[in-house]
Amino acid sequence: MSEYTLLAIVCGLGTYLWRGLGVTLSARIRPESELFAWIGCVAYAMLAGLISRVILMPSGSLEHTALWQRLAATGFALVAYLLLTRKNLFAGVIASAAAMYVVLRLSA
Amino acid sequence: MTARSGFQQGLLHAAGIPALVLAAGYVGFGALSAGHGLSLVGTLLSTLLIWALPAQLIIVEMHTLGAPFFAVLLTAVLSGVRFLPMTVILAPLLYEARSRPLHQYAAAHFISMSGWAWAMARFPAMPPEHRLGYFFGFTATLMASALGSTALGYLAGDLLPPMAKLAFVFMSPMYFLLLLAGGQNDARGYLAIVVGAVAGPLAHFVTPQWSVLIAGIAGGTLAYFAHRAWKRKGLKR
Repeated sequence: MSEYTLLAIVCGLGTYLWRGLGVTLSARIRPESELFAWIGCVAYAMLAGLISRVILMPSGSLEHTALWQRLAATGFALVAYLLLTRKNLFAGVIASAAAMYVVLRLSA
Repeated sequence: MTARSGFQQGLLHAAGIPALVLAAGYVGFGALSAGHGLSLVGTLLSTLLIWALPAQLIIVEMHTLGAPFFAVLLTAVLSGVRFLPMTVILAPLLYEARSRPLHQYAAAHFISMSGWAWAMARFPAMPPEHRLGYFFGFTATLMASALGSTALGYLAGDLLPPMAKLAFVFMSPMYFLLLLAGGQNDARGYLAIVVGAVAGPLAHFVTPQWSVLIAGIAGGTLAYFAHRAWKRKGLKR
């Protein structure tokens, strides 16, 4: 078994702990407590940090794109999502891929 | 509406925009995994067992950067901590007092950002006895769509011309960027997003392998206390 497959299994079990614990605790904890507020902040910051890092300095195949190309496609996706389609997630995601393709095509 | 028809209705309601949105993200994830040369089995197990795209992306990114096993595990599991409050909030709506513990704990695995947001919006108007069946139906469609698109992205990624493949890979970070940008967050949520977005790349300069974890904890804590201080100052006036 590759390390990646093992990671998928172990991280799956680890992730389930939060969900299972949530069921157990649901009868006892107030969702509006300060602890939850902090947990929420960490979860949001973690996800936002990952996304901005992937856009600004990606590893893997996105390394083959230029920073301005990623920023242009991101900008177009945000405009398509927030302004043009009134928060249609599917349209926004498709727009991001289309914009990236067009930008790469034009600068090839 | 019986429990069975609740399941069928959930199944049908997901088979449309919810499944398509998820598919877009998971096609990107499949293509990303293939692009990094990771195994198809591991990639599919990741979707089935972790069922949280951010954690799945973290694992691919960290693993290919050569991060230690424990660092990847810790970061991925911590990134799923949002499921704790999400489950705690959803549970009272999802479960009846007489629903069986086995069903409750089984349903918990299928909680994801998409399914959770959908259920939170619709459950209050639905009779309690139909909600669990509906949730299982809804998330079964989502899971099937995600597994199918993970495989599709992984396999078709190689068939696509390089530019189209890059466009596909780009979809999965964009899916979450848009979810964050369009979410119904309060001031504290937006603050955490902005601070985290700055902290992520900064931490990456210092330590690429631990950057997601460090940026999350440091950025999130900073945002939490900054918001609290700001709120207190507001109250004093």
